[in-house]
Amino acid sequence: MARTVWDSTVGKKAVMAVSGLIMLLYLVVHMIGNLKIFFGTEEFNHYAHWLRTVGEPFMHYEWTLWVVRVVLVVAVVAHATSAYQLSRRDIKARPTPYAHRRRRAGYATRTMRWGGVILGLFIVWHILDLTTGTVHAGGFESGKPYQNVVDTFSTWYGNTVYIVAMLALGLHIQHGFWSAAQTLGAGSRSRDRALKTVANVLALLLTAGFIAVPVGVMTGVVS
Amino acid sequence: MRLTLRVWRQKNAAAEGAMSTYEVDGISPDMSFLEMLDTLNEELILKGEDPVAFDHDCREGICGACSLVINGDAHGPERTTTCQLHMRSFRDGDTIDIEPWRASAFPVVKDLVVDRSAFDRIIQAGGYITAPTGAAPEAHATPVPKADADFAFEHAECIGCGACVAACPNGAAMLFTSAKVNHLNVLPQGAPERETRVLDMVGQMDAEGFGGCTLTGECATACPKGIPLMSITSMNKEWLRAARKAGKR
Repeated sequence: MARTVWDSTVGKKAVMAVSGLIMLLYLVVHMIGNLKIFFGTEEFNHYAHWLRTVGEPFMHYEWTLWVVRVVLVVAVVAHATSAYQLSRRDIKARPTPYAHRRRRAGYATRTMRWGGVILGLFIVWHILDLTTGTVHAGGFESGKPYQNVVDTFSTWYGNTVYIVAMLALGLHIQHGFWSAAQTLGAGSRSRDRALKTVANVLALLLTAGFIAVPVGVMTGVVS
Repeated sequence: MRLTLRVWRQKNAAAEGAMSTYEVDGISPDMSFLEMLDTLNEELILKGEDPVAFDHDCREGICGACSLVINGDAHGPERTTTCQLHMRSFRDGDTIDIEPWRASAFPVVKDLVVDRSAFDRIIQAGGYITAPTGAAPEAHATPVPKADADFAFEHAECIGCGACVAACPNGAAMLFTSAKVNHLNVLPQGAPERETRVLDMVGQMDAEGFGGCTLTGECATACPKGIPLMSITSMNKEWLRAARKAGKR
């Protein structure tokens, strides 16, 4: 079964769809968590600490967090690997371009590949910046996420990288969510409008919700 | 009408091709696109040049033989086959680019003619039903719900011209394969091979070197028979169902 799925273009696309939906679900939770920054240092830092204690006493400190991290890494790797392999195949299947070129597919559709690469690079920077603190702008202190976030968004490049990535994310989700539904056979003529609306709403809400944080820091609402 | 044509000329499969420019005059707006090319070829033959090779057969829009990418559109600006496209869709003095279907699974044979036998092999992999031959069976013996009959008929309209592959930026044959799979899989006559059909046809499609689907929708826009993009969704559903069932065995 696993072999059948991975060896087929249709199956590999299903892997891409499922891993994408897992990441999308995580992003919705992540965004809601981020918005707690607007309720002050204490609530935000408390929330961040709670994330490490989820499931206690059954789960030890940070166990749940690590389970989530492992699932996400598997999803990212599966998504990127299937995307890379399918893209290589697609490019090989159309070696000669038309002399008379026309652009027709929408912007979101055309930017899926490069948008995905941008998002991959962003994830690396984002983890080095706010999880490990390796490339953090101020004095990174784990356990003080509120101050860390303010530090990052007090730099011009922190804001630029983040906002560009979130715009790319919105475009990626707009085409990706609807496509995932088609790939998994969940689309239909009667459901198409609803699916497209959900894709647009998700894209808009996530982009706006994530960008609210740097905008909050820039305008001084969060400091 | 007086037109400038830029046509892909390629001696054979191994040769390098290039766009060549020709002028044609005295074209009537009532001519079909293929008749316009016939006019060009008559002139070329009189001049002792090699006529432009292109595929055509019924010229009624039902056989799927004609295959030209006109100004970047498979079958040209109207939603029909090239043979049913008329010169009234163009204006006097226009420059028209004419190219063959482009996909590595459809190698160019000569000029505008491509080898579409990859489609035949996809059909051979599962585009059939097991049925006793002989006299036509009694029509009421196998009832088919109206909705299923409509669904099957919509997909049966596919003429296998390959415009979907030509239009797809990935050179994918998903719309063709899905039309054939859905047409047979929804009917009781196609039920015995329901799982093997979709797995084998998609397997053959991959083996032929077609690309994958990225849901750009170009195929359904180009399809002269209006096969909907949702056809691919239905095939994906069938494929996942078959893969699950195969996994259980």
